[in-house]
Amino acid sequence: MSPISFLEIEGLRKSYGANEVLRGIDLSVEQHQVVCLIGASGCGKSTLLRCVNALETIDEGQIRLDGDVVSGEGTDVDRLRRDVGIVFQAFNLFPHMRVLDNITLGPRRIHRHSRAAAEAQALELLERVGLAAKAGAYPDQLSGGQQQRVAIVRALAMNPRVLLLDEITSALDPELVAEVLGIVRDLAAEGMTMLLATHEMSFAREVAHTVCFLHEGVILEQGPPERIFGAPTEPRTQAFLHRIVEAGRL
Amino acid sequence: MTAVEARPTARSTTGRSGHGLTVVAAVVTAATVLFVGITAVRLVQAAPRSGGWHWVLLAVAVLGALAALLLVLPVLSAVRYGRLARAAEAREDPVAVRRDRFRGRNAARLAIGLCVATVIATFFVVFLLANDHAVQSTFFAPDMVARSWWDVTKAFGKNVFIAVVAEVIVLAWGLLVALARLAPGPGGRPIAWLATVYIDAFRAVPAIIVIYLVGFGLPLAGVPVLSSMSPTWAAIFALVLTYGAYVAEVYRAGIESIHPSQMAAARSLGLSYPSTMRFVIVPQAVRRVIPPLLNDFIGLQKDTALVTVIGTVEAFTQAKTYASNFFNLSSVTVVAALFVLITIPQTRFVDGLLAREQRRLQAR
Ligand SMILES: Nc1ncnc2c1ncn2[C@@H]1O[C@H](COP(=O)(O)OP(=O)(O)O)[C@@H](O)[C@H]1O
Ligand SMILES: [Mg+2]
Repeated sequence: MSPISFLEIEGLRKSYGANEVLRGIDLSVEQHQVVCLIGASGCGKSTLLRCVNALETIDEGQIRLDGDVVSGEGTDVDRLRRDVGIVFQAFNLFPHMRVLDNITLGPRRIHRHSRAAAEAQALELLERVGLAAKAGAYPDQLSGGQQQRVAIVRALAMNPRVLLLDEITSALDPELVAEVLGIVRDLAAEGMTMLLATHEMSFAREVAHTVCFLHEGVILEQGPPERIFGAPTEPRTQAFLHRIVEAGRL
Repeated sequence: MTAVEARPTARSTTGRSGHGLTVVAAVVTAATVLFVGITAVRLVQAAPRSGGWHWVLLAVAVLGALAALLLVLPVLSAVRYGRLARAAEAREDPVAVRRDRFRGRNAARLAIGLCVATVIATFFVVFLLANDHAVQSTFFAPDMVARSWWDVTKAFGKNVFIAVVAEVIVLAWGLLVALARLAPGPGGRPIAWLATVYIDAFRAVPAIIVIYLVGFGLPLAGVPVLSSMSPTWAAIFALVLTYGAYVAEVYRAGIESIHPSQMAAARSLGLSYPSTMRFVIVPQAVRRVIPPLLNDFIGLQKDTALVTVIGTVEAFTQAKTYASNFFNLSSVTVVAALFVLITIPQTRFVDGLLAREQRRLQAR
């Protein structure tokens, strides 16, 4: 028996109707580690992340968090999601709420923090991402990069133990990507446990402890970034990385 | 290189001169002015020979005839542009030719459009004058209006009361039904089913029948509390039942129009389904459904006249009393005018909201 990892995914299968999207995923994430999922569009990265915080139900397999089984019928999903934050490609901020209210909604309604305490914490987090001045703004008054930074803060305000990031820079104009990745880099340095899907290969190479190449619902190859990017053994990983290099993304 | 003399061209011209259109506009305008003039004369002839009413009709006739003369202006304008276009042709300025012809055609079109509208409006006056102006005296008899308007307007206060109270209740009840219809999970399914039955039933049954059944049926049935309702409250109850079903569907459409990613974002924070509805989904949905909601409310306000069938004394009931006592419908016309008066500002307001929404969406 291998020692227990912090987040463990074992034999995970997931279908949408007849379309089997995840076909037996085994993956573990150690505490304070960053694991990057790479792979072609449609290979199942988002689905995998959504399964981890129970936005999708799984058909087979098991997900464990800190030794606790957090998949299957009867799981307290609201409880699980307090520990597992997620940030989406399209930000998904609440458009009718100011930035500050977006961030304090969870702490106030779930952790039952007082408004004052929640707002103080939110402002502190906003300060860290350089957006304290935007606390009173509405999401549509912010640039994409600013919205995504707010979305990260919204997830962080719940004090998650794991953060899932689903291609959080894919919807951004190129010049805004750096400001968002900078924050993720800081989080990694602080020891935040993260599982992220990304197309930013150089970023994955820089921050990841482990890179997983996902292909048609299975992890074909995983290992430290130097090996996956430097000497991939799987022909399909090689082909994928080759396409990325040709597109000028690595 | 020798410079080639640059001569502007206007190849993208539509070519038509617009003479024909101007001639048509002139003929149509002449006919319209004639028609209005004849009608004005008949109007004066039809007016009673004495009293203030005579002067009013005379003034209307004279003003109408004078206004009809204004119809000549766009025709003159079309003619003028035709002349300008010919002058531009003479000095070989094709861009100016095209522009002036375009303006001439537009002036001619304006003339024709104005005439069509005027003719239709004049036909209405002709209709009023028909059968020795019997139509006018049946629907618009000044003495009947004077006699009834104050009582009818007071009774209209009852319509306003019924409408406002019913709307406030419908606002909450409709939302409750919508949320019931969308209730999730195994426990929610039977509730959703029941809500669907209610909505389907009350959207199918005409409001007047619901009012009749509630107003006469409940007292007969002798149910405690419900049976002792005054006709006014019975009317409110019936309208809430009917419009609750419509408004629930409006809310549901609004809720379903919120992108699922909003639900995912809220749930992923750990918010429960009810909290997500309350803090994230419903507030956004309500903003979206305000215009269709107000449209339903305009319908509700109009349907307050239906409560006359259970003898609630409101404006229509009051007006009918006058109408049957004097064999004249002018008091009912007063009710109609009151409804027009309260509805038009609301429809304009809704149109304004929709236009603002449209601009906002286009600004994206
Ligand atoms: N809600 C859904 N219903 C049906 N099919 C889905 C749904 N979500 C994703 N899929 C399918 O699952 C596959 C994997 O999608 P996804 O996980 O979004 O891929 P990725 O994030 O790697 O681009 C795709 O073929 C997609 O069409
Ligand atoms: Mg994806």
